[in-house]
Amino acid sequence: MEELFKEFASKFPAYLVEEVKENLPPKVTKAQVKKILETVEENYIYAKVDAGESVGLVAAESIGEPGTQMTLNTFHFAGVAEMNVTVGLPRIIEILDARLTIKTPMMEVYLVPPYNKGKDIRSIAMKIKETKLFELASEFQIDIVESQIRVVLNMKKLEEIGLTSKDVSKVIAKGAKTSSVKNDGDDIIVKLNSKDEGLNEVYKLKEKIRVMYISGVKGVSQVLPVKRGEEFLIVTAGTNLKEMLNLDYVDPTRTTSNDIREMGKLLGVEAARSTVINEVFKVIENQGLNVDVRHIMLVADTMCNGGSVKGITRYGIVSEKSSVLARASFETPIKHIINAAVIGEEDLLNSVVENVMINQPVPTGTGLAKLKTKVID
Amino acid sequence: MTDLYLNSKFVGTVPEGKDFVSKIIDDRRKGNVSGNLNLSFNKDLDEIHVEIGKGRVRRPLIIVKNGKSLFTDDLSKQLEKGEIKWSDLVKQGVIEYLDTLEEENAFVAFFEEDITHKHTHLEVNPIDMFGLCTSLVPFANFSPGARVSMGSKNQKQAIGMYIANYALRMDMDVNILHSPQVPIVQTIMADVSKFDKHPLGQNIVVAVMSYKGYNMEDAIIINKGSIDRGFGRSTYYRPAIAEELRYSGGLTDEICVPDKEVKGYKSERDYRLLDEEGIIHPEANVAEGDVIIGKTSPPRFLSSMDEYNLATNVRRESSVDLKHGEEGVVDFVLVTENGEGNKLVQVRLRDQRIPEIGDKFTSRFGQKGVIGLIVPSTDMPFSTAGIVPDLIFSSHGIPSRMTISHLIELIGGKVGALSGRYIDGTTFLSEKEYDLRDELNSLGFREDGTETFYDGMNGTQMEAKIFVGNMYYLKLKHMVANKIHSRARGPIQLLTRQPTEGRAKEGGLRLGEMEKDTFIAHGASLLLKERFDSDKTLIPVCEECGHMGFHHALRDNYVCPVCESAAQMSDVEMSYAFKLMLDEFKSLGVIPKLALENKY
Repeated sequence: MEELFKEFASKFPAYLVEEVKENLPPKVTKAQVKKILETVEENYIYAKVDAGESVGLVAAESIGEPGTQMTLNTFHFAGVAEMNVTVGLPRIIEILDARLTIKTPMMEVYLVPPYNKGKDIRSIAMKIKETKLFELASEFQIDIVESQIRVVLNMKKLEEIGLTSKDVSKVIAKGAKTSSVKNDGDDIIVKLNSKDEGLNEVYKLKEKIRVMYISGVKGVSQVLPVKRGEEFLIVTAGTNLKEMLNLDYVDPTRTTSNDIREMGKLLGVEAARSTVINEVFKVIENQGLNVDVRHIMLVADTMCNGGSVKGITRYGIVSEKSSVLARASFETPIKHIINAAVIGEEDLLNSVVENVMINQPVPTGTGLAKLKTKVID
Repeated sequence: MTDLYLNSKFVGTVPEGKDFVSKIIDDRRKGNVSGNLNLSFNKDLDEIHVEIGKGRVRRPLIIVKNGKSLFTDDLSKQLEKGEIKWSDLVKQGVIEYLDTLEEENAFVAFFEEDITHKHTHLEVNPIDMFGLCTSLVPFANFSPGARVSMGSKNQKQAIGMYIANYALRMDMDVNILHSPQVPIVQTIMADVSKFDKHPLGQNIVVAVMSYKGYNMEDAIIINKGSIDRGFGRSTYYRPAIAEELRYSGGLTDEICVPDKEVKGYKSERDYRLLDEEGIIHPEANVAEGDVIIGKTSPPRFLSSMDEYNLATNVRRESSVDLKHGEEGVVDFVLVTENGEGNKLVQVRLRDQRIPEIGDKFTSRFGQKGVIGLIVPSTDMPFSTAGIVPDLIFSSHGIPSRMTISHLIELIGGKVGALSGRYIDGTTFLSEKEYDLRDELNSLGFREDGTETFYDGMNGTQMEAKIFVGNMYYLKLKHMVANKIHSRARGPIQLLTRQPTEGRAKEGGLRLGEMEKDTFIAHGASLLLKERFDSDKTLIPVCEECGHMGFHHALRDNYVCPVCESAAQMSDVEMSYAFKLMLDEFKSLGVIPKLALENKY
């Protein structure tokens, strides 16, 4: 029996052999097992993509065709979701171009128990959110006589985040080095160190401390606790995955960002690849369209196979094509022709676009087979 | 204090905005202030905007005071007798024009009976919120806005009689409907716009049913008998124009029968219809290729040397002829002078267009469709009364589009046809549907408009009662005869050697980028190559240097421009477009070389 399995192990993936092994009924003869394995092999071969099948083109068409229907629908769905999120075609373009800055960066922050059951969910959310001084202050008073600023804090908000006015004044003192910071009851008084400063300087100082970062994760501008199934999680607008994964109430194994570049930089290409697949699929799904994931997987593989994320742009994967004519047929043809002329590039006419150009059979499908003969002189 | 703006520019303040506005408006109604002035008071911003500039859209409204319309029955009677005019009503302050800003301050009642003390104005007639074409759509308040707007747009494309003196004019692209009719169901706009002077369609009997599936997807079925009796028949007119232009050096064009020496002389047969003056005679039947106006032009680019050279001093042929697929009859010939005093010849061609499969028809509610089948009247279904419908409309066109007006017009048209009167279908003020139904009942028909029908093929009674009535149908100017096009072989472009583009040039149908992709996706690589063979060429390429050469026909040998005649050359098959691209590279200063290799 084991020999049989060994024999077939080289014919199809090992996990299929394992699956057959596990699911065998208790009493089987060797001949029956052989028959089963042969059937599995037959089906495996049948399921494989044929040589010369234009998988890339089929993937492009399969994503592109529903994409034409999407453009119209986009408008309706924008803004309905809990936060204002880029959806539809613009989002897909953004992902496939692998943009450095995306329109609406977001994170899905999963929490470790017991927080994921909803414990302190609001206060955790508030703690994550990047808070600036003006959000905590109810008033900035400028004292012209003393050349100082009195920051009247909103104690209710302060309590929500779990800070005291002392904590706030410490942060201000760190940030505004040219001034002295004092606590006066719940208020904070900021005074410039050097005397004889004009009112202008005081005003400038006020503007500076107004937008001073006080607490939370930098870059997270909005937070929204969401209940998904039995679990609570926090959706944020603005990303800072690196800081987020360091927090002890965050589950680092499941927390994700929708920024492909960020995921790639922090967690590696495989994470970036998964993000591309998930994000594209999410858009297509919420538009009510039906695209096989494998098409998207192929695109994601193509984007990531160099070890880093490359967009489908003339600077990304298109620039890596070996054929000059293929590159020139995409965008900026003159640039490619001139550069090729400078270094004397050779085009082997091995791929599809070049052969369409010169009107020769393209090397896929029926054009793949070639006749090999010996020419006798 | 209220800020006051004149033509959007701040001019000052007034103490009490409300009083100021009502005083000015009173003055305007009395005629102390120009009637072109409009003003609006924005309470929230505490601003008054006075506008008296150009380009504001304004509309007339009847003034309401203390819950009573100023347009009294007395005035109405006087107006009817012709004692007063519209302008008098405006002068008397009964009607005033409001612009969009002032409308914001107005509270307009739709009908006189709706007026309350809060109202400031009354609509003159509810349909004046529509334009001309839209108000010609009857019962528009029974259909979705989108359909009404489509219906009004369709009327602009309808073939009718756009002007009565069309026979004296030389307009481009004219269609005239034979025996046009005034609609049975019409709106007051038909009277106002003198619709009977320029009708758009014909009243026909429409049955709402299916017929062997030939009216699927908005197609319509037409009775051959109706077509033979003249339904939807139209004439297409198109002028051809030729001018004797003057060129520098005293040279001119000449309208004449061209000599055989002329460069580009067609065949003698092509000129056979021209008289001595080089112009065709009226009522001549012409077809593709026939010359209508013979003309020759002086040679182009005449340099001083060429004047003595007899070979170049030949005139050019520049006649006006019929392009591919055109035919017709010469209707009218006009010889005159243009503004510069040059001889000008215009020839109007006429072509009768009988409805055929693919011609587009529509009702007035955006229910457009093309003819799917023309049925001999013997095979058409008929009613108990012996009525054979002119047109069969598919019932599937109704539910999703919700054009109830279409159904009401059928009933209305039926009542009108039976009782011999016009039906008023003015939007919002139309005759009531239940009145029409009652009348239909009293005329001896089923009140819902259905009738018992019989199959025209075998005479059996149909199980379902068929909804049938009379309707105004429009023939649209999109006719198959103007659009039909096919090509197998044909003309090619000089530059790329690819097929020409467009119907007029007998062009090819482009197999574009995305269509190409589908071939590749199927792996039909060799089929794709064959499809793109339209510009394939054999180019001799030098095996030594990789440059393209040529075949010297006189010496019958290959020549490489780089290695001269000594080179070993091979024919390479490629698209001419690619060869052109390589040549363009050369013009960029980039030398493309082809490295040859044995194919096998």
